[in-house]
Amino acid sequence: MSMGIIGKKLGMSQIFDGRDLIPVTVIQAGPCKVVQKKTAERDGYEALQLAFEEENKKHRVTKAMAGHFKKTDVVPHRYLREIKMSGFEQGQDIKVDIFKKGDLVKISGVTKGKGFAGVMKRHNFRGGPGSHGSMFDRRPGSIGASAYPSRVWPGKKLPGHMGDVNVSVKNLKVVEVRPDQNIILIRGAVPGGENALVLIMKG
Amino acid sequence: MNNTILNAIEKPQMKSGITNFRVGDTIKVHAKVVEGDKERIQIFEGLVIGRQGSGMRESVRVRKLSYGVGVERLFPLHSPMVDKIELAKEGKIRRAKLYYLRDLRGRAARIKEKGRVFADAPAAAKAE
Repeated sequence: MSMGIIGKKLGMSQIFDGRDLIPVTVIQAGPCKVVQKKTAERDGYEALQLAFEEENKKHRVTKAMAGHFKKTDVVPHRYLREIKMSGFEQGQDIKVDIFKKGDLVKISGVTKGKGFAGVMKRHNFRGGPGSHGSMFDRRPGSIGASAYPSRVWPGKKLPGHMGDVNVSVKNLKVVEVRPDQNIILIRGAVPGGENALVLIMKG
Repeated sequence: MNNTILNAIEKPQMKSGITNFRVGDTIKVHAKVVEGDKERIQIFEGLVIGRQGSGMRESVRVRKLSYGVGVERLFPLHSPMVDKIELAKEGKIRRAKLYYLRDLRGRAARIKEKGRVFADAPAAAKAE
């Protein structure tokens, strides 16, 4: 059964595990309230709508959202996300203890935005020589042939906006779970900057 | 809020009473070495050519010459694999990172030794 939780990336740190130094990402995960159950009969698919972080400022909750929360008897939260999972009922809390040390998880998040980036940064092009009077510094070079095809092939790697996209990283190892603090430590890096919203999923 | 949680993770792992030393000093690092299932302590004596990081994440870069070959090791200061650190010699330097020493050999690669004047020991400084 697949399981998941919403979390907030707090930052990176290190952990000494016996002799080894392990780089970890610290994520504040959950508790998440199940707001709504999507069912195959009604919605065409099975999923749970989870809410994360209670919203204390009333003016931040739109009337539409307030109505949605009222209907489901859950206090308004800041974030709502759907995760394909089952095994929980509406109104139940999902906590980090659904994960345990050693689990392999998938983490999705929005990467840091890099703005309009050139081909060297965006596509790892090599660029030109650094010296000897070369004036071909960070340019993309030829972007195609002439008579045929007389156009640029779709998908050609060119400068453009980089980052700020949804990215998932699979098979990240859970180093530690601290249910009392709602903290989970993941080995290695996770998409997004500090305070970025991430989805942690298993199975 | 973030900092308090990260602190809560890092603080308990920190060692207290790490010997005071600076870049340019020569130190003896008592490092634990594992051979098979036995553990023993090996001393790595060398010049501190840089310290990086802060708090529990701090590490120290130590360089020595071993049979004419430069050897550098990076020790996480708070690692359980570092038993203790002894200060062997204090050096007088003007740079935070001594990476230029990698290109120098012999007499040129020496660091001037100095009886340092500590702010908290004015009496000792005057006596020198």
